[in-house]
Amino acid sequence: MTAVLQISNLGKTYKSGHRALSGVDLTIDKGEIFALLGPNGAGKTTLIGIVCGIVTPSEGTVTVGGHDHQRDYRAARSMIGLVPQELHTDAFEKVITTVSFSRGLFGKPRDPAFIEQLLRDLSLWDKRNAKILELSGGMKRRVMIAKALSHEPEILFLDEPTAGVDVELRRDMWNMVRGLRDRGVTIILTTHYIEEAEEMADRVGVISKGKLILVEDKDALIKKLGRKTLTLNLSEPLAALPAGLDDWSLEIAGEGHELVYEFDSQAEATGVPSLLRRLSDLGIPFRDLHTRQSSLEEIFVGLVHESKSDGAGAQGATA
Amino acid sequence: MIGNFRGVRAIYAFEMARFGRTFWTSLLLPVITTTLYFVVFGSAIGSRMSAVGDVPYGAFIVPGLMMLTMFTESISNASFGIYMPKWTGTIYEMLSSPMSPLELLIAYVGAAATKSVIIGAIIFATAHLFVDVQVAHPLLMAAFMVLMAVTFCLFGFIIGIWAQSFEQLQVIPLLVVYPLTFLGGAFYSIDMLPAAWRALTLFNPVVYLISGFRWTFFGRGDVGIGVSMGAVAIFLALCLAVIFWVFRTGYRLKN
Repeated sequence: MTAVLQISNLGKTYKSGHRALSGVDLTIDKGEIFALLGPNGAGKTTLIGIVCGIVTPSEGTVTVGGHDHQRDYRAARSMIGLVPQELHTDAFEKVITTVSFSRGLFGKPRDPAFIEQLLRDLSLWDKRNAKILELSGGMKRRVMIAKALSHEPEILFLDEPTAGVDVELRRDMWNMVRGLRDRGVTIILTTHYIEEAEEMADRVGVISKGKLILVEDKDALIKKLGRKTLTLNLSEPLAALPAGLDDWSLEIAGEGHELVYEFDSQAEATGVPSLLRRLSDLGIPFRDLHTRQSSLEEIFVGLVHESKSDGAGAQGATA
Repeated sequence: MIGNFRGVRAIYAFEMARFGRTFWTSLLLPVITTTLYFVVFGSAIGSRMSAVGDVPYGAFIVPGLMMLTMFTESISNASFGIYMPKWTGTIYEMLSSPMSPLELLIAYVGAAATKSVIIGAIIFATAHLFVDVQVAHPLLMAAFMVLMAVTFCLFGFIIGIWAQSFEQLQVIPLLVVYPLTFLGGAFYSIDMLPAAWRALTLFNPVVYLISGFRWTFFGRGDVGIGVSMGAVAIFLALCLAVIFWVFRTGYRLKN
């Protein structure tokens, strides 16, 4: 894998004194989908703003495809397409005009065939002569994406792409992102829909209070930090936990019909076989059982909560 | 110097298209204003006024009228051009694009100045319907028009970057530039004023600009052409210095 974006020791303190980012190191590989997760105000948009040239960093360096993003800004910015979180548009412009404008702004020669294909891919072709103010919010979002893709960038930043977007458009957007990745485009998206990161991302970064507290392969993360839950559907309801099951931290759920056991799936001894043996010894019959891997959401909430409470989230989270 | 010519062209074309949407209003407005000024100053008042020097009063006010409109148009067009993307938020695209500050400046100021020069030319043409105006130095006159348009568009660009509301956008053109121009000898020679007023008027920078432009028409102005050129150069240099500082610091453009 070759790195397409390298961020090192990036920090930003706003004039107000607010420290929005500090000591961020991150390397993005070509062709991956990277999801940056974090609560509101964690520094996601500041990070993107710095890479794209909208926010001036206080310290640190960014290189895009080997080009320093300040010294060699033309080469660096030519590689990047940005879809900001807010729907900033020229309301009175036509769809096709504004998309062609963006291509020109990035120094690319006119290419009506490319623009047509782009608008068709985003289901905007029928609306090409409509003024932007006539479009719905979802369509405006598509126009923003078309503008960002108009100059054939190698890296696409999507800042909260599906905030306030209906389910159907969100599915469309996910399909589009996968299609872009298949063409070799690197995608960095921020989101606070964990479901989105879980669905799309190859790797996940978690940012909290301006610090990147974790970067991990998504599947590995779920495996590593994930806990599993075993649920047993009992034949006869239990009123209370019988003695003899004290060694396992069990809970009764479903009005006594379910016995729930949470365990660390990576541990040497999960405690599952011994629990099942003990249940049979005690004569507690069950009809069915299933296990469930904890979701990225549960992991994320745990991580952010941890970093807020002790500030040593990185060590705590990866331990 | 210009690495992204297509980008400059894209913004220039975008801005000219914006003017194009209001083409007829833009065209009609200077024609009507000029006509009104000629009816009031040229016919009603001008007929009772003696010539200024050996220039008939009607012809005398043409350069001042052109400058007055070009100053206000240049400032409002250039300030609006850069203020709008800030206001709608579309500035993000300019800032994240491979455009140098100089290229952004050339595109925005170039488009606004083009419109100002066109409007100046329309006023000039309309004036011919009412009075006979001879231009002593046509080339210098054209050069002066372009220089004034560019300088005041730079000034407008600065206002557009500084402004944080539509009110601030209007306040300098209306409260500073318009009165200074009106009192800067647009419609009279400062020789007509009492000595004390004349001395005071010499502190008004616009006097030197209008005088210089009038010189290109009639070969004489309130002050020497050299002094006028010096004033233009100072104003231009000041605007460029401020803009250089704005782009260096990212003042009100970047966080």
